[in-house]
Amino acid sequence: MGRKLLLEHINVPGINTFDVYRSKGGYASVEKALKMTPEEIVEEVKKSGLRGRGGAGFPTGMKWSFLAKPEGVPRYLVCNGDESEPGTFKDRYLMTHIPHLLIEGMIVSSFALGANTSYIYLRGEMMPQVRILERAIAEAKAKGFLGKNILGTGYDLELYVQPGGGAYICGEETALLESLEGKRGNPRIKPPFPAIAGLYGCPTVVNNVESIAAVVPIINEGGDEYAKIGIGRSTGTKLISAGGNLKKPGVYEIELGLPVEEFIYSDEYCGGIANGKRLKAVVAGGSSVPILPANLILKTINNEARLMSYESLSDGGFVSGTMLGSGGFIAYDEDACIVRNTWNFARFYHHESCGQCSPCREGTGWMEKVLHRLEYGHGKMSDMDLLVDVSKKIEGNTICPLGDAAAWPVASAIRHFRDEFEWHVTNASEATSRNYGLAHYADPLKVVETSPL
Amino acid sequence: MKVTIDGITVDVEPGTSILNAARQIGGDIVPPAMCYYSKLQGSGGKCRTCLVKVTKGSEKDPRPMPKLVASCRTGVMDGMEVQNITSPEVVEARKGVVEMLLINHPLDCPVCDQAGECHLQDLGFEHGAAKTRYEFDRRTFEKIDIGDKIQLHMTRCILCYRCVFTADQITNTRLHGILNRGDHSEISTYISKAVDNDFSGNVIDVCPVGALTDKTFRFKNRVWFTKPVEAHRDCDKCCGKVTLWYKGEDVIRVTGRKDVYGEVEEFICNTCRFDKKKTADWVIEGPRKVSHHSVISANHYEFTPLPVVKTNPVLIEANKEQFERETRL
Repeated sequence: MGRKLLLEHINVPGINTFDVYRSKGGYASVEKALKMTPEEIVEEVKKSGLRGRGGAGFPTGMKWSFLAKPEGVPRYLVCNGDESEPGTFKDRYLMTHIPHLLIEGMIVSSFALGANTSYIYLRGEMMPQVRILERAIAEAKAKGFLGKNILGTGYDLELYVQPGGGAYICGEETALLESLEGKRGNPRIKPPFPAIAGLYGCPTVVNNVESIAAVVPIINEGGDEYAKIGIGRSTGTKLISAGGNLKKPGVYEIELGLPVEEFIYSDEYCGGIANGKRLKAVVAGGSSVPILPANLILKTINNEARLMSYESLSDGGFVSGTMLGSGGFIAYDEDACIVRNTWNFARFYHHESCGQCSPCREGTGWMEKVLHRLEYGHGKMSDMDLLVDVSKKIEGNTICPLGDAAAWPVASAIRHFRDEFEWHVTNASEATSRNYGLAHYADPLKVVETSPL
Repeated sequence: MKVTIDGITVDVEPGTSILNAARQIGGDIVPPAMCYYSKLQGSGGKCRTCLVKVTKGSEKDPRPMPKLVASCRTGVMDGMEVQNITSPEVVEARKGVVEMLLINHPLDCPVCDQAGECHLQDLGFEHGAAKTRYEFDRRTFEKIDIGDKIQLHMTRCILCYRCVFTADQITNTRLHGILNRGDHSEISTYISKAVDNDFSGNVIDVCPVGALTDKTFRFKNRVWFTKPVEAHRDCDKCCGKVTLWYKGEDVIRVTGRKDVYGEVEEFICNTCRFDKKKTADWVIEGPRKVSHHSVISANHYEFTPLPVVKTNPVLIEANKEQFERETRL
């Protein structure tokens, strides 16, 4: 049984109210943190090894220490709640059921960064969560945890919830800041990074909801204690949104380093594949990470068990690895069509590209059209190479990571499932009526011969 | 600050972008730019044609940059080393960008007024492939009139945002923006409100393609059959320095004076642009020199002699030999 730090009290009735949350030890970290200096809190977060939970996995403590601190300029903390990656729903779950955890984390983090105004930016579709958070903020304010002179320490903090317009691109930090400023959500050209010139041109830190919530246990237990959980440089616990053809989909809090096989098949977590079917493929971290066939997700190319951690999932790089990303774990059973799924993802990125820079604007649409053609049996053998080439032309040449996110699922699907794509061309009429099936995607990996030297 | 681009070192002011440093050197190593416009604040970084590879960050931090960077928005550092046409990676990426820019472009150059002074045409000619791999319908839009003098043909637009910045910065009111998202986004005058402003005509000059055209010039002539002449007049709104485009005796078009990168030297007002189309309105200065690379210079019988490297003994010898051969014949 793994340790639960964020969702420990999730099943307590009424945990979304201030009184119940407080009785379960809530807001203890605020009391503790306000007695520390901001530098000590940043140091504590650095020691914890907490890595950004939004997808990129950049160390949070390091990000905080990069924040410019010029005199007389306000600093901002912005919480990125624009969770819109297909397959990821952990932040919404956290905010719906235990909103005070996020608010507690926001108070501690804002204090550590010296921000007196902080924002929680939510996706436009999350209106219930806006109301939940606003109610929670009002409760915390009434109890003296927000507003002027928090707990008599002289620290002021105003917390605002801002719903966006519902665009995926506004989850990119600079696009989020543009949107928060009331402009069109186009990503900015970096540098300057938000830590130097962010919201209204002031130094800003943008953190994921889960990263900010994870600050609470770090302060409560100490950074060293938090760093003991997990494996290697992947410390602490992570919320995984398990979806797809699983027996028990949902949000699970895991200790990083849990074997993927255990996560999928153990009864504590997902309980195996639904309806007794076999696993075909997994997207391990939300739609933008490379998709892997069943044999590669359970074992790395060196035949070691793959673990749920930043390093183990990316073992093998783009050739045979994937990424932990935002933790949107989507499992596909043997009846899933990878071509259709890839087309679906491409359609999403085509729809969500902001249209600012040309490779992403035009390339996502092009890939979607080619994949649509393949899925509906009008494809050509050359289409696979075309798709790989287009994805390469997009990848790395765009302003923001959306281009990469659109290119990776397509490139990886063709890399690992090329025969299924080819079957869609050679057996075009059959492909519209039935799926390719499991084929060899779950076969044990060939053991690579090692050199005796 | 010293910066080396494709092996050529140049001294520039701090804060210069790589693109502007390359423009100081000039020649083939200048990256093409479709969206950057030096007179417009905040422009650039969007079209990705000016991508370059930074092989050495600076003297202090010699690490190369991990990805290709947009040269128009990346400032130079002391000791920076940049590869443009010498890097196969850059050439490949640029080819990709040009292909992407062209897949939704109608390629109706034979009927487009911009042909001959179109940046996309030049870009496609220099960096593009001869054939397209795109086999689907291109996006199309209805033509929109922005006021009675400007026409917007979104089908040709490459979404460089230059006109949006112009409308924002040159004119007083913000009426012009982008609607929608991705490849279905379009330039808009916020629900068809005409850009009724003294300087709105400049959006025609900044447009790199034929998306925004001058309705007083539409289908009158091909630009390479016209004669550009520099002229000025006393104007209370703008500098009054323009280029007149003659066809025979008639002024058929008035534009700002464009430099070798297609950027106007100074913005002009609508009165100069649309209403003063008689020679009598202007003080003529002389013919406008247009780069001999441009098709506009074709048949103008003006040429600059090719540079001769005078210090190279091999070249001198070769030139002498050739001269002797030609005179003997």
